[in-house]
Amino acid sequence: MSVATASNARYRGRKRQNVLMLFISCLAVAFGLFWLVWILGTLFYEGGAALLRAQLYLQTTPPPGDDGGLANAIAGSVVIVGTATLLGTPVGILAGTYLAEYGKKSWLASATRFLNDVLLSAPSIVIGLFVYTVYVARMKHFSGWAGAIALALIVVPVVVRTTDDMLKLVPNSLREAAIALGCPSWKMIVMVSYRAARTGIVTGVLLAVARISGETAPLLFTALNNQFWSLDLNRPMSNLPTVIFQFAMSPYADWHRLAWGGAALITLAVLGLNVIARVVFARKD
Amino acid sequence: MLRALVGAATLAAAVAAPALAVDITGAGATFPYPIYAKWADAYRKETGIGLNYQSIGSGGGIKQISAKTVDFGASDMPLRPEELDKGGLVQFPTVIGGDVAVVNIKGVAGEQLRLTGEVLADIYLGKIKKWNEPAIMNLNPGVQLPATAISVVHRSDGSGTTFIWTNYLSKVSPDWKQKVGEGTAVNWPTGVGGKGNEGVASYVQRIDGAIGYVEYAYAKQNRMAVVLVKNRDGEFVAPSANTFQAAAAGVDWKAAPGMYVILTDAPGKRAWPIAGATFILMHKVQEKPENGREVLKFFDWAYEKGDPLAQSLDYVPMPDAVVRLIQANWKAQLKDASGKPVY
Amino acid sequence: MSAVLPISETATTDVEAARAPRHASWGDALFENLTRLFALLVFALLAAIVVSLVVGSELTLRKYGPSFLWSAQWDPVQENFGALVPIYGTLVTSAIALAIGVPVSFGIALFLTELSPVWLKRPLGTAIELLAAIPSIIYGMWGLFVFAPLFQAHVQPKLIDAFADIPGVGVLFAGPPLGIGMMSAGLILSIMVIPFIAAVMRDVFELVPPLLKESAYGLGATTWEVVWRVVLPYTKVGVVGGIMLGLGRALGETMAVTFVIGNAHQLAASLMAPGNSIASALANEFTEAVGDVYYSALIELGLLLFLITTIVLAVSKLLLLRLARHEGEKT
Repeated sequence: MSVATASNARYRGRKRQNVLMLFISCLAVAFGLFWLVWILGTLFYEGGAALLRAQLYLQTTPPPGDDGGLANAIAGSVVIVGTATLLGTPVGILAGTYLAEYGKKSWLASATRFLNDVLLSAPSIVIGLFVYTVYVARMKHFSGWAGAIALALIVVPVVVRTTDDMLKLVPNSLREAAIALGCPSWKMIVMVSYRAARTGIVTGVLLAVARISGETAPLLFTALNNQFWSLDLNRPMSNLPTVIFQFAMSPYADWHRLAWGGAALITLAVLGLNVIARVVFARKD
Repeated sequence: MLRALVGAATLAAAVAAPALAVDITGAGATFPYPIYAKWADAYRKETGIGLNYQSIGSGGGIKQISAKTVDFGASDMPLRPEELDKGGLVQFPTVIGGDVAVVNIKGVAGEQLRLTGEVLADIYLGKIKKWNEPAIMNLNPGVQLPATAISVVHRSDGSGTTFIWTNYLSKVSPDWKQKVGEGTAVNWPTGVGGKGNEGVASYVQRIDGAIGYVEYAYAKQNRMAVVLVKNRDGEFVAPSANTFQAAAAGVDWKAAPGMYVILTDAPGKRAWPIAGATFILMHKVQEKPENGREVLKFFDWAYEKGDPLAQSLDYVPMPDAVVRLIQANWKAQLKDASGKPVY
Repeated sequence: MSAVLPISETATTDVEAARAPRHASWGDALFENLTRLFALLVFALLAAIVVSLVVGSELTLRKYGPSFLWSAQWDPVQENFGALVPIYGTLVTSAIALAIGVPVSFGIALFLTELSPVWLKRPLGTAIELLAAIPSIIYGMWGLFVFAPLFQAHVQPKLIDAFADIPGVGVLFAGPPLGIGMMSAGLILSIMVIPFIAAVMRDVFELVPPLLKESAYGLGATTWEVVWRVVLPYTKVGVVGGIMLGLGRALGETMAVTFVIGNAHQLAASLMAPGNSIASALANEFTEAVGDVYYSALIELGLLLFLITTIVLAVSKLLLLRLARHEGEKT
């Protein structure tokens, strides 16, 4: 790799390779943005008009032929996704912390890491089915809790994986410095490791939230859905993905419009959450 | 580890204290979902009682009522009397609808093409491959049929719509019955699958020479070309509320144990041959009689006042005679734990 | 950031030696045990899910035994079930997704960390992450109603013309263009996994100590060489983690695939042909399945997906180990 001895031709070759690769990298970005623009374009073309109507946020899901909105579904989704995130994130971060800071290459940590990766690819419908069997079938009723638990089970592996990876990349010298100052290791982890890996851990949580907020399959057999307004976590609870699915697959044009509006809303909400979280966490630097 | 699980379980149990059920929950078939939603909305405005119905599929409806997680289940496939007895269930029909065959052939308008059940079966078996084959030409003198290949479109997901369709084909074609049979999902000999009625409709509209089957409302809303089908009495009829009703009228519901009636290939001059009723399932012994009573009150109201709403969404209400039979059945069959009639 | 740094990806034993005996306080013990408890919880959860799947699929496990794996039959009427078609479809679509998704994600991460002007970094990164925010059912609906018709009319015929006559590759592109099928499903999956892989890659690339990169630049390395020879090896484990995150999503993705794969239980070599995946078979048929055997067969499919994931993971772990050994030989 010594530049001094490299012949001119070889140097030019390396330059050319560099330019080519960087060009391909730009193409990759264009590729990603192309789909994003196309899908978002479809989404807002179909759902934009619905988004701008106040009814969408004020009225509950209507039967076909009537005017209405998605208020109950929006509220239900916020409650279920919020509860799931609150349940799943601490579990994921603490388990990830164990893997990266304590367990490392021990048998338990390796096995947990492996099983976590398996859990990561569990089809969401299987998760829903599991919660149905152990919770809904026993309680004898569908409920918002069941939905939140099912979604939390999807949050956990995503957060575990990212927390573990991000903590592992925190340079050891940082830890060494803290330890050398006489800091107990739990404090070192909280004050040093978490801070250093903060962005990455937040990315993990955001990806998890993004993933669950659009999930239909695990909610169908847990939270079910509710035509009416209800914020009681012990009852069937309305949620956007299920409403979108049911309305989109119906024959009625007014339901289709609401479905697209709901889809655009989920996407916007996750985007908003993403931006807010980034801003909040960036400011503390 | 175990302690953590037990702890979590007790915590969950403490949080999930039994809800005081004022509202009623039902789940099942997708086909009647819009009308149940419409009824529930109107009923709530009138009585203040919310009935929450969710479409999770007929199979799901049967499973959920068996697991007692819902107050009533709904299914597009009636259960056989012995299945009802095994599960301690009763069933009753609420509305009627039908599958219609839709086509996309250049130069062929809606309600122009005539087909018989046997020909439909042969098309879906892949035996008839072109629109201008004699089997189709002979039924349609005067219709200009192109030499286009037939593209068969079916459902890719399990569905009550598919059950009605395959049930009809099994009744009219021994070949179909033997090779494929009936069910919510079958092993299709040919064709492409679309997800949901919307998926099938979209495929048929896009592929030249396609034929598919969808629920009536989808054909109507998407303004698709429907096929006239020859019924049991030898008449070619068009799908409409009237012909669906005629199919229901030609059936002797009283003689059917457990109201096990499948409306396909029904007798009657005006009867549409691929019609079907959708059913409600409830437990014979109501553990929560007050919930059971509310369910029955709701459907009583729906039979009484819900007809215009049903018609506005292209569903066909049950004939009055059948409604009286259903109400008599409620009194005779639905009891609370002590044996008193619920309604 | 620190000044002197050994190129090691995980905390090494010296830290442990430094902290374990001297600073063992009740706080440390508590925190360590707390985190261990949650790690065990994750462990227990998965075990519970697998057990519930085994219980649910007992009927078909007994009835078919291992032959379930290689039977291509799927006849709900005759109650004859085999998992070969969905297994095949799951693997093929996930492979397509990663084949497209990984290089693209790498390119995006490279652009975001090395090329992008600072003001563009955040909006662009958020834009890519936004791809993850779109509900999967929207990917499905968009795929079926918007993407598939265009793909069928404009892209597939060209692919067929270009490749169908080449021996070997031709079989992959045989058959009529339908718009839906394994290729469409794989392509849409690739779009869905890109944000996951790209976001993690970007984050781990940014954790590379600047000193390392600057040293390489100082030696005259080009940007590409820095990324390929310094950044990538340093972040290897994190990158694989990101790919696993994406693979996990691809293998288990339900709604999007359900709409576009065609859900046909047939075994076809052509990527154009409709097929089935485990998750989509479950989603498509579970709600309407009647009969215990049918139900049990679907649950066994879910169980098989866990098995497949386990095998895929085990293989990738082995590859990583070999990679590490090769490096050991080089230095």
